[in-house]
Amino acid sequence: MSSSTTPTHAIDMDNLGRGSATNQLADETACLEIKQLNLFYGEKQALYDIDMIIPKKRVTAYIGPSGCGKSTLLRCINRMNDLVDSVRVDGEILLDGQDIYDKSVNVADLRRRVGMVFQKPNPFPKTIYENVAYGLRLQGIKDRRRIDNVVEKALKGAALWEEVKDRLQESALGLSGGQQQRVVIARAIAIEPEVLLLDEPASALDPISTLKIEELIYELKNKYTIVIVTHNMQQAARVSDYTAFMYMGKLIEFGDTKTLFTNPREKQTEDYITGRYG
Amino acid sequence: MNKTSLSHHISRQFNEELEDIRNKVLAMGGLVEEQIENAITALVNADVELAEMVISRDYQVNALEVAIDEESVQVLARRQPAAGDLRLIIAVIKTITDLERIGDQAERIGRMAIHLAEMERPKNQYSELEHLGTQVRKMLHNALDAFARMDTEAAFAVAKEDIKVDAEYEAIMRQMITFMMEDPRNVKRTLDIMWSARALERMGDHACNISEYIIYLVKGKDVRHTSLEHMEKQARD
Repeated sequence: MSSSTTPTHAIDMDNLGRGSATNQLADETACLEIKQLNLFYGEKQALYDIDMIIPKKRVTAYIGPSGCGKSTLLRCINRMNDLVDSVRVDGEILLDGQDIYDKSVNVADLRRRVGMVFQKPNPFPKTIYENVAYGLRLQGIKDRRRIDNVVEKALKGAALWEEVKDRLQESALGLSGGQQQRVVIARAIAIEPEVLLLDEPASALDPISTLKIEELIYELKNKYTIVIVTHNMQQAARVSDYTAFMYMGKLIEFGDTKTLFTNPREKQTEDYITGRYG
Repeated sequence: MNKTSLSHHISRQFNEELEDIRNKVLAMGGLVEEQIENAITALVNADVELAEMVISRDYQVNALEVAIDEESVQVLARRQPAAGDLRLIIAVIKTITDLERIGDQAERIGRMAIHLAEMERPKNQYSELEHLGTQVRKMLHNALDAFARMDTEAAFAVAKEDIKVDAEYEAIMRQMITFMMEDPRNVKRTLDIMWSARALERMGDHACNISEYIIYLVKGKDVRHTSLEHMEKQARD
């Protein structure tokens, strides 16, 4: 026991409860700004007038029923929709102030800055080491020691190093689903992107692997801006700082996660997160 | 959040669970209200039998609290309620704590009623306690009504009513102090009256707490430990 007269567990009355202070969008630095974004698949409009900012070094989650446009919107952020023939995009997405749909933008360069991880783990049929080193090799980096360093750092960053450090030369396909997903995340962060897009990153994983991915997201937001699409509302509630609710291609509500899950502004949001039909 | 909002879940089972919890809270409230009424009647009429019934029925209030708590825990664990559903469960858990405390106070008045029945009766037959008791019982009734109808205006009115209850309690205190000074032989009986008045005043505070939970439930705004003006603003917002 301490003999000191000052209490050992002094309570900071100005900062009661971690996270009791509500995040304010207005106080955040924007990493991405989406302005008046409309998207069409041929004749069919899939996104309507999306306007929002995605704050830097925060986790922003998109939730909404199937077909509401959340994955479409996510794929706009690294121009993955360019790969679909009939897609037409109107409006702007600014990454650090620059419109990513501008003609001067090199798409490969954009995708280096904006990494993406998909629902199903998609490691290449190569060794764990080569999977993570892949992006560097694409960039023409040959320095063996430098690649070793990056691979180790990325695997540590993806909370996988301890599990695979003794078998880096084994095929990544031999890993469990959760480990494969973390290899893919390591591959994404090896090239040090600014933004990480996660499209249902845990929906094909068991609950324990899911928790590991969620824990990883919590770590990663110290370095990256993270945007996640999830069907699992509890997951959005657990991992994100801000949540956007989309419905029928429209952004219905966007705000700090704490408020959205306890006292949403819009009835449609309330109906969705409480499992009601509107 | 509106009145019909307990229903319309895709899971019909969930609707039923929430509806069941809500009904049990209202039933518990009804029981507590009855306990107050009987305790006051027992005290005013020196009805020892009725007072004993109040004391013995407190276990029912306690059992309801435990049962509702258990059901609420099940909903939290199995349904992970969000938004209005989450606020309902939180409001329920808090409300039943206050209801249980009111039940304890009613039991206390029951015990005082037995003491006082053995003593000399005043001319006014404890009309001041009867009046205060009626007021407090009405407050609880209105609070439960506001809960059932999710009516924040009515909840605010309950909180406002507490000012009158406090004033009346103060008046009784002053009167009792005077009695004790006039004749020290009155002290024993007067103390019992003061304890009873105190119990009623506490019931008013608990009813007031319940009205605060209703505003949280409906509006998502925490109005505890704030001014009455702030509460009014949130209730009408």
